[in-house]
Amino acid sequence: MLYREAGQFKTTYAADQQLFPIRQDRLGVIALLAIGFVGVPLFASEYWFSAILIPFLVFSLAALGLNILTGYAGQLSLGSAAFMAVGAYAAYNFQLRVEGIPILVTFIMAGLTAAGVGILFGLPSLRIKGFYLAVATLAAQFFIVWCLTKFPWLSNNSSSGVISTQKMFIFGHEFDSPREKYLLVLSIVVFLSLAAKNMVRSSTGRAWMAVRDMDVAASVIGIRLMPTKLLAFAVSSFYCGVAGALYAFCYLGSVEPDGFSLELSFRILFMIIIGGVGSILGSYLGAAFILLLPIFLDIALPFFANLFGLPFSTATVSHIQVLVFGSLIMFFLIVEPHGLARLWQITKEKLRLWPFPH
Amino acid sequence: MNFFFEVLIGGLLSGVMYALVALGFVLIFKASGVFNFAQGAMVYLAALSVVGCMEHGAPLWLAIILAFIIMTLFGIATEKFVLRKLVNQPPITLFMATIGLAFFIEGLAPMVFGSEPRALEIGIVDEPIEAILESANMVISKFDLVASGVAAVLVTVLALFFQYTRVGRALRAVADDHQAALSIGIPLQHIWAIVWGVAGFVALVAGMMWGARNGVQFALTFTALKALPVLILGGFTSVPGAIVGGLIIGASEKLAEIYIPPVMQSAFGGNFGGIEGWFPYVLALLFLLVRPEGLFGEKHIDRV
Repeated sequence: MLYREAGQFKTTYAADQQLFPIRQDRLGVIALLAIGFVGVPLFASEYWFSAILIPFLVFSLAALGLNILTGYAGQLSLGSAAFMAVGAYAAYNFQLRVEGIPILVTFIMAGLTAAGVGILFGLPSLRIKGFYLAVATLAAQFFIVWCLTKFPWLSNNSSSGVISTQKMFIFGHEFDSPREKYLLVLSIVVFLSLAAKNMVRSSTGRAWMAVRDMDVAASVIGIRLMPTKLLAFAVSSFYCGVAGALYAFCYLGSVEPDGFSLELSFRILFMIIIGGVGSILGSYLGAAFILLLPIFLDIALPFFANLFGLPFSTATVSHIQVLVFGSLIMFFLIVEPHGLARLWQITKEKLRLWPFPH
Repeated sequence: MNFFFEVLIGGLLSGVMYALVALGFVLIFKASGVFNFAQGAMVYLAALSVVGCMEHGAPLWLAIILAFIIMTLFGIATEKFVLRKLVNQPPITLFMATIGLAFFIEGLAPMVFGSEPRALEIGIVDEPIEAILESANMVISKFDLVASGVAAVLVTVLALFFQYTRVGRALRAVADDHQAALSIGIPLQHIWAIVWGVAGFVALVAGMMWGARNGVQFALTFTALKALPVLILGGFTSVPGAIVGGLIIGASEKLAEIYIPPVMQSAFGGNFGGIEGWFPYVLALLFLLVRPEGLFGEKHIDRV
């Protein structure tokens, strides 16, 4: 009953083609945006901004980038953290070396740099498929992190490649409090998400999905594989690059190349698998899940330890955390291989009838 | 020139160690099409169980047998509780499940056996062979030589097992075509359990070799990352590919580590050590551009 589209007639092509064709979806998105832009800044504390909300948005953006490549274009990549690193270091260098460049332009340039690197490492995808490609993207992961450590120019000669990001000014206003940084990140993420949502339903997105489902068949019906795959790599790396720049500038403030390790790539991959491969919403749900799970375990494990009177050392707690994390991944894959986004879809179908039986 | 050969032989011998880990990947991928990322964690688990059993007073031979039993049971449990539930899922889902499995092992193993790094004594010393040191002035480690001997025996045993036993024939049939194997009455799930058991055994051998060489510690899980370029260079489905790939990667990686950084240093200045981390991957990547299915991989034919 709550989610029934009956009675919503489309009388123009524009109405038929809009991004959220169902009224409830539109209202939901507007409500979410209102909460995000107005509600949250009014009530959230500093801790929430800097420890949960900003990383959540940044990782959602990175997961969205990987989801475009893996979920929509079907090219498995294990190097997303490296593209984030490219974005972060590119943004730092543009700010450092170009006099008076606006910060938003910096982020765009960071994304474009990452896109260029992404195209370079996407070239093998024209020849290599599946797991061979996944292992090949590991080359990007290790090579880029090594380059950032070893070429001192990239980190302005700081020891072991650590960079501290510059201050951010937009129209002379400095964004330095967590709340302002949150609003900045939120605006960028919302804009890029809408762009992604539009992109995946355009002819580009359909071409990606055709390539994902079977690339030989796609090329037979006239989709040119090379531009399509490389565009997927470029767009995905652009998103990851912007996410990396935001990660450095708005979340951590100071990053080192080793922070963009293979483990981070895996975390982003987990996000899209848990959230839902080939779903924009899934990127958000997955990022929230993977980010909140360790925080939740941190709180819950000592609680259970006290409850049962078990003496847990900190080492044991960290081991249990890894163990529970691994088991939950397996559990989720077995129970719902299509991710949290699928659960939301099922909920929506239930809501069409609820609370009536028919 | 002597130095060159010393590096080359050292690299070839360490390549054998990589191949030991890569073998475990190949066995599972061949038989069940699962890209088992947890192989590195299994190596860690195997080495830890040997050390853990020895700490509880078991002699080496008993510890090895116990560790073998642990690995087999673990493999069967994995098949039963994780992979069997994921039948008919796309390969990426299975791959992710094995990453989850790797996390699971990395949390569980140190909880049971303790996480501090320990030495594993299996009675082989890591010292140069004196005869070669005197006659040719080259440092060739005894330990590496023994390790490559073990690898040779292991590969021979596996080859014989695959070629001449009933179970081995069934394994090859399953690897060839699941459907066809099922239709002639080969019990698929038993076969998978056996494959995971065999992979556990290979992990045990690799774990003992690596553990005796570098100590039993968490870093053993990273052996998987060393094995991946070997794997794609040799082809996912080929046992000889794993060996040859291991030799190529091992030798070229050690040679590159010696000869490339000085060149880059004179060109750019600064310190360019540590290229071992990515060189094998880039090498394998370049190689794949020429042969997309690896050296000995099965040629993939797409049909629409």
